[in-house]
Amino acid sequence: MTTQTIKGTPTASADAAVSSTVSRGAGAAKPRRLSAAWLGFTPFAAYVVLFLAIPAVIAVASGFFSESGAFTLANLKALTDSTIINNFTGSLLVSAISAILGAVIGALVCFALLGTKAEGLLRTAIDAASSVLAQFGGVMLAFAFIATIGFQGFVTLFLKNTFGFDINANGALLYKVPGLIIPYTYFDVPLMVLTFMPAMEGLKATWGEAAATLGATRFHYWTRIAMPVLTPAFAGSVLLLFANSFSSFATAAALLSQGGIVPLAIKQQLTSETIVGVANTAGVLALGMLVIMVIIMFFYSLLQRRAARWQR
Amino acid sequence: MKKNRIVAGLAFAAAVAVVLTGCSSNSTAGSSSTSSVTKAQAAKATSVKDFGGMSGLVAAANAEGHLNVITLPPSWANYGKIIAGFEKKYPKIKITSANPNGSSADEVAAAKSLKGQSTAPDVFDIGTAVLDQNLDLMAKYKVSNWSDIPADFKDADGTWYYDYTGLMSVGYDSSVIKTKPTSITDLLDSSYKNKVSIKGDPTQANEAASAVYLAALGNGGSADNIQPGIDFFKELKSKGNFNSTLPTQATVNSGETPVVIQWSYNNLAWGPAAGSAGNPNWKTVVLPGTALGSYYNQAINADAPDPAAARLWEEYIYSPAVQNLYLASGAYPATLAAMEKNGTVDKATLAKVGAAPKDFVQLTADQASKAATLLTAGWAKAVQ
Repeated sequence: MTTQTIKGTPTASADAAVSSTVSRGAGAAKPRRLSAAWLGFTPFAAYVVLFLAIPAVIAVASGFFSESGAFTLANLKALTDSTIINNFTGSLLVSAISAILGAVIGALVCFALLGTKAEGLLRTAIDAASSVLAQFGGVMLAFAFIATIGFQGFVTLFLKNTFGFDINANGALLYKVPGLIIPYTYFDVPLMVLTFMPAMEGLKATWGEAAATLGATRFHYWTRIAMPVLTPAFAGSVLLLFANSFSSFATAAALLSQGGIVPLAIKQQLTSETIVGVANTAGVLALGMLVIMVIIMFFYSLLQRRAARWQR
Repeated sequence: MKKNRIVAGLAFAAAVAVVLTGCSSNSTAGSSSTSSVTKAQAAKATSVKDFGGMSGLVAAANAEGHLNVITLPPSWANYGKIIAGFEKKYPKIKITSANPNGSSADEVAAAKSLKGQSTAPDVFDIGTAVLDQNLDLMAKYKVSNWSDIPADFKDADGTWYYDYTGLMSVGYDSSVIKTKPTSITDLLDSSYKNKVSIKGDPTQANEAASAVYLAALGNGGSADNIQPGIDFFKELKSKGNFNSTLPTQATVNSGETPVVIQWSYNNLAWGPAAGSAGNPNWKTVVLPGTALGSYYNQAINADAPDPAAARLWEEYIYSPAVQNLYLASGAYPATLAAMEKNGTVDKATLAKVGAAPKDFVQLTADQASKAATLLTAGWAKAVQ
């Protein structure tokens, strides 16, 4: 669609517009509003197509071509390689454990916050801190942890000099795949507070009062009413935290130079200077990650639908 | 609801159309050249004669006004001083140094993805394995002192030429490690617990892979069989001595990575040579026995946006002054033998760095790809 054709055939395009309006039939009651929506949506659509859809399709599609550009399914063999399977297992385990830890700790923080004033200083402060800390990731976070619990970290040295206890006695605590759980949980907890707090606040005081009037104890209220109501929101948040950890790259890259999780494996395939001609395998690994994320997001949307019932 | 979706679909289609037409228009910035050599001629020049001598080359490069170099860290082989020296000598040419910590593969990726744009790299400093796969990206050019580069250090047509090599060395913090290591197997001792690191993942970085090759040479392996090197690191890991942090000047200064196996010029650059930024206790030792080296290569991008400046850079790199700068960093420059013969070598520096070893092992492209196969299969299992 070039400007030239539009300029050259003004009547034709106008005719097309008219006929398309007509063909929409009687159902198109408010054509003016629709065209406004059309215009308003275009910048966002362009953004999504340019920076999300096209790169994603190109990345995944690259997995189905050989170095010479011919279509092939041979790259999929990478998904059966034991190292790659280990990377996927590592990614899944680290993400799942840090998500559950983050969710439980975060939910406890939310529970504790329920007792404070909604507009009070404490809750505002924790809200603000969570917004900042949930975004505190990447290389900065990695270095913060190296300075804290690395071999020369100040906590490490303090424990060693004061109590003679070496947290790195059984190998590095931080510089291996399970060690990632520590920094990942660090940014998962504030994210949990941000996403779960609204659900907690959604618990209506009247429910508690109604239960109390009918003779329920506080324990009954929590186990029979509050927890079932919160379960979908909680599980949804766990999935969100999982996705957050699963796609995290920079923190891991700074801590582990030897791989062990999928994003690092993708980097390895793309930038290797010792093993040439494996860049297309990265597309297959991206496909694997995408499949997992689609599954997660499918369950997330199911849960959101259930959770929304109570938030109306 | 359904109609909204149709509208959304239309909006997407419109967006795609807008995006695609936007991409197809290409801006070509024409620059007026005061020199007699046009850009197209410069891109085909194979020696300084095509510019009518050095002054013609300088005039053509000045007309271009910039030079894009890529993956040259300031502390690597003295590139900080080398770049500063070029800008001082040719003040009309501004150097843009992109992605200093990238790999050779990143250089090729940048050349391909930025092709035709003014930000594409003009020159490469590139590892042999990646170079061999991408010879079609390189322009042919022979520097003035072409005969100073030994015949087996260059492509006969000038597609590529060796620039410098270090030797694999062990750098250590002498305040932590009191006795100087004398063999690679010393690193298995319990005093090295949690201390030994290499420069990244050997399936990714040539320098890290070279640490594995060095370990192979010190454990009964050879350039044709690097398996003993992988086995060595497996043992190092099982003893708890392997530290998988990526070492940098910062981790070396803080004591996080007290022992690093890497190129001699990089270990030297992190020690007292770095002045107040370095670690004064950092010592470098090239282990006795078979040494391991690996020349990097210079090459010009065939689609260089500044073809004359690229050629001027190569002339500059192979001038004795810059070859001596490589030497001062602990790297052995390609023209060292000729410089020793004609007396242009900086004798004090050479005495400090030590004479170039008579022979050292360097993996051929075939040996490197064989080693890569072993690393792909065995490395992750050995250390993860």
